[in-house]
Amino acid sequence: MIKAILVFNNHGKPRLSKFYQYFDESLQQQIIKETFQLVSKRDDNVCNFLEGGSLIGGSDYKLIYRHYATLYFVFCVDSSESELGILDLIQVFVETLDKCFENVCELDLIFHADAVHHILSELVMGGMVLQTNMNDIMARIEEQNKLVKQEAGISAAPARAVSAVKSMNIPQQIKDIKLPDLPQAIKDLKF
Amino acid sequence: MNSEHGFNPAFNMATIRQAFTEAVERVRMPTPTRLRDLIRQIRAARTAAEERAVVNKECAYIRSTFREEDSVWRCRNIAKLLYIHMLGYPAHFGQLECLKLTASTRFTDKRIGYLGAMLLLDERQDVHLLITNCLKNDLNSSTQFVVGLALCTLGAIASPEMARDLASEVERLMKSPNTYIRKKATLCAFRVIRRVPELMEIFLPATRSLLSEKNHGILITGVTLITEMCENSSDTLMHFKKDSGNREIVPNLVRILKNLILGGYSPEHDVSGVSDPFLQVKILRLLRILGHNDPDASEAMNDILAQVATNTETSKNVGNTILYETVLSIMDIRSEGGLRVLAVNILGRFLLNSDKNIRYVALNTLLRTVHADTSAVQRHRTTILECLKDPDVSIRRRAMELSFALINAQNIRTMTKELLLFLEKADAEFKAQCSSGMILAAERYSPTARWHLDTQLSVLIAAGNYVRDDVVSSTIQLVSSSPVSEQTYITNRFWESLQVANHCEDKQPLLQVAVWAIGEYGDLFMYGSNEDEFERPTESDLIAVYHKFLTSAQVSTTSKQYALVSLAKLSTRLQQCVEEIQALITSFGSHLNVDLQQRGVEFTQLFGNYEQLRPALLEKMPAMQISRISSQNGESSGSFDDNSPEWNGTEGSGNALIESNINTMGENTNILLDLLGSTDLSAGASDLVVATDLSNAVHKKNTRNANDIAPVSNNQDLLDLLDLDMSAPALSATTTTLGGGGDHSSNMNNMLAGLDLGGFGGLDSTAGTGGQGRISSLPTNGNDLANMLGGLGGVGGGGGGLIDGNGGNLLGDLNPTAASNNVTVSPPQNAPKLTALDKNGLLVELVPVIGNDCMKIFMTTTNKSDNTLEQYLFKAAVQRSFNLQMLPPSGYILPPGGVITQEIQVVATSNAVLRMRLRIQYAIDGQQLVEETEVSGFPQQQPSTSE
Repeated sequence: MIKAILVFNNHGKPRLSKFYQYFDESLQQQIIKETFQLVSKRDDNVCNFLEGGSLIGGSDYKLIYRHYATLYFVFCVDSSESELGILDLIQVFVETLDKCFENVCELDLIFHADAVHHILSELVMGGMVLQTNMNDIMARIEEQNKLVKQEAGISAAPARAVSAVKSMNIPQQIKDIKLPDLPQAIKDLKF
Repeated sequence: MNSEHGFNPAFNMATIRQAFTEAVERVRMPTPTRLRDLIRQIRAARTAAEERAVVNKECAYIRSTFREEDSVWRCRNIAKLLYIHMLGYPAHFGQLECLKLTASTRFTDKRIGYLGAMLLLDERQDVHLLITNCLKNDLNSSTQFVVGLALCTLGAIASPEMARDLASEVERLMKSPNTYIRKKATLCAFRVIRRVPELMEIFLPATRSLLSEKNHGILITGVTLITEMCENSSDTLMHFKKDSGNREIVPNLVRILKNLILGGYSPEHDVSGVSDPFLQVKILRLLRILGHNDPDASEAMNDILAQVATNTETSKNVGNTILYETVLSIMDIRSEGGLRVLAVNILGRFLLNSDKNIRYVALNTLLRTVHADTSAVQRHRTTILECLKDPDVSIRRRAMELSFALINAQNIRTMTKELLLFLEKADAEFKAQCSSGMILAAERYSPTARWHLDTQLSVLIAAGNYVRDDVVSSTIQLVSSSPVSEQTYITNRFWESLQVANHCEDKQPLLQVAVWAIGEYGDLFMYGSNEDEFERPTESDLIAVYHKFLTSAQVSTTSKQYALVSLAKLSTRLQQCVEEIQALITSFGSHLNVDLQQRGVEFTQLFGNYEQLRPALLEKMPAMQISRISSQNGESSGSFDDNSPEWNGTEGSGNALIESNINTMGENTNILLDLLGSTDLSAGASDLVVATDLSNAVHKKNTRNANDIAPVSNNQDLLDLLDLDMSAPALSATTTTLGGGGDHSSNMNNMLAGLDLGGFGGLDSTAGTGGQGRISSLPTNGNDLANMLGGLGGVGGGGGGLIDGNGGNLLGDLNPTAASNNVTVSPPQNAPKLTALDKNGLLVELVPVIGNDCMKIFMTTTNKSDNTLEQYLFKAAVQRSFNLQMLPPSGYILPPGGVITQEIQVVATSNAVLRMRLRIQYAIDGQQLVEETEVSGFPQQQPSTSE
């Protein structure tokens, strides 16, 4: 079972954290920090498996990670998962992100953190692999996004109206109303 | 009062004006920042403080919108909060808002709401109850994505209660015609079973059709679910194997697998040239479980495993994933010999692969298979030893473990040589494990005694301070049981290594063993036969070295203790320098460290009034027998790991059998000592043993540095006691009659029992001054007391089973006849009885009795099982509107048929109905168990008037 999926950048800034086992908020942050410290000091030419994270689970658990440009993708798994299989899974996850965002980069993950979560939840559910067929995942995500857009079209209308009213700055708008300069207009009148 | 209804123009004008301004404010309130803008702001922050300021401002704003029940922007606010949560700021205050979002009718809201629920929800009950209702509604939704969201959330955060409540819904959805819902429901069932294994039954019928699916999503989740079920219970495993007629599971899986590898290219599931490796891996894993110890099932899968092993393309990681899984399956089932050879050859190829990951899994697999097929793995020994030098920590660790598994009587010499090289260069984290492993291997396979001794010495030198305590004690044990010639030899070697090792503070374990040996065999070392022609030091040189250790600030207290005892021993072994030794020992009489000071004082006595006792007391220790069972004191020593050998020795002069459980718990010692509240206790307890049995005491594991913080008053108490004991007239007679109150016989000898009682006095007074000593589990008669104390003393005060509980119930009574301070409370007979727990032979009953100002609840625990329950701890919690006070229990150990009683007093401060949450902890055979339960049905009581 996958216990946690963490994505952070080369400086340890979290970009995605998803825990499939309950941990306290502060413990989650500690885990992320510890994981970053363990993973970041490893060269790129060593293996992608790491034991010895003390916070999640103990000796039965492994960190399996891949490093892409500025991002680390770390899966924390127990011994019932195939190490090499998880590496493939990370690859599938990243490729799916790449397809969804068209050349994914760190900024996409920052500005669409919720979308990344939605994609992940079609791939892994409750710590187990749900679906690995990228096309299927993409199709489902698109259908759901369409649903969201539809709702934004119909029912969001009142909300938009309210927001439009709210953001209206009436005194300023009154000032901004341009009336023709009367004397000039009179002058322009040519008889 | 009147003004609200009557005409009051001023008041009305004011309210109208206020309402008006509020309305204007509401319209003028700006729309909340968009998530995108917030992220920009946070990213623009140059320092951490700046970022924190931005986040705090936004959090404050979000909180205020939550308060105002702003439902229009709730979705946006939660989205921002989730981003803030990801950055590591507290966001749990959004939990309830998430629930409100999930109750919305819009998919957009639900999507964010459930995402927030998955990320933010903790296991608090009330919130879980709310979300269970939302989930139930959404599981019945007509939109597949809403159902999907609900299933996904349930799969991620299901608590046992939720699992029970929603299991039937999940089961229904597993039969849904929609594949998207079905696969999610299947994984959800997996989670439900994980949380509540009893619910497995209801999902069994629905699993039948899972394997005849075409959709890979359903196949993979189905295989996951079946794997979980099979691992969970052997009955279910049999059920799947024998499932009627043509639906047998193994052929079914084989068929799916065959389709995958021979079915040709399918673009949908292709991952770099391999068809759905994830499904293949899952199936191989399930096959492994099905074929384990089952010749028929193994027979049915032999062919397909061979096909997978030969047909898989291995140029990419994906192919190797499958091969790796295949090898594991082949090794785990009853496969044909040829297939096993194939598997080991694949591993051999893996080991030589340039990809580090592949090498890592190869080592991993070899480690798993080494017990099944050692000779096959031995063939790769040189490669494995090469891996010890790999720059990658993960690979080195695996290689080290594998190397230990490969050691046997034939290759022990070469393997040890390699491992010693590794040990010298290894990182700190490896040294402890590696040295202990080498000692174990040497113990099992050493070809000669001398080689064994040399290896121990080399390990001590190479691993330095990282050596675990068990290595020290096992080395001492080994030397003690060696023949005299070897003892002389190794003592000389120890001396040499002390001379060579330029920084003894880095190698304290070596120092400890060396001084022990020199003290013990000083006569042989200085004046015995010198066959190996070692260079011997003069007596004054030797004393100078001791002087250096004993005065060095870097040498630990434990090492100094060893050195001091060793020095005392040397005083009877050496011929000239006795005065120097005496001077050095006397100087410790005023040492800052209590323990050393005490030793100093005690030994000084042996140079003064009791001079005639010294040679007899400081006799050589008898050879220690090696046994790894600590059964004698097992009852009192709760949590000892199995590297705590028990040493039985007969005291040379005293003719009495002295049993002392010498414990080598390493780090555990300190933890247990902390539990004692005052670390000084251990020093007291063990030193009392020192006074009587010097030779055994040499190996006491005392506190390391913790003694320094003992309060002064305690020292005084202990010293008083010691003075008393030391000056007891009985001491001048044979050692066995020493001691004050020991007129009760026990299976320890009288002397120890008497002294230990004295020691308990020390314990008591310390606990009294410390005010928080938590000492419990009082035995009811003197014999047991002495026994337990024997354990306590021998362990350096660490008897895990002894210490726990929350009573201020100290060992007030030293008199062994009155030592039972059982706080037996007995409830009135006619009171109603509530059974709180009746499980595994443990019966917990509560008898509430309404008193004048409080309700008294009498708890009675009865052990109906055949096991002895130790460290029994009963905890109770009540609602806020009650005050709870628990009196100390009558005991902490439940023998079969035993009873523990405890009184609880509850004072009500309001009219609420009392409910009580109970947590019951106990240990069977050192294994900790926890039961939790909730009790209600207490009689109503009047709120206390004093509140």
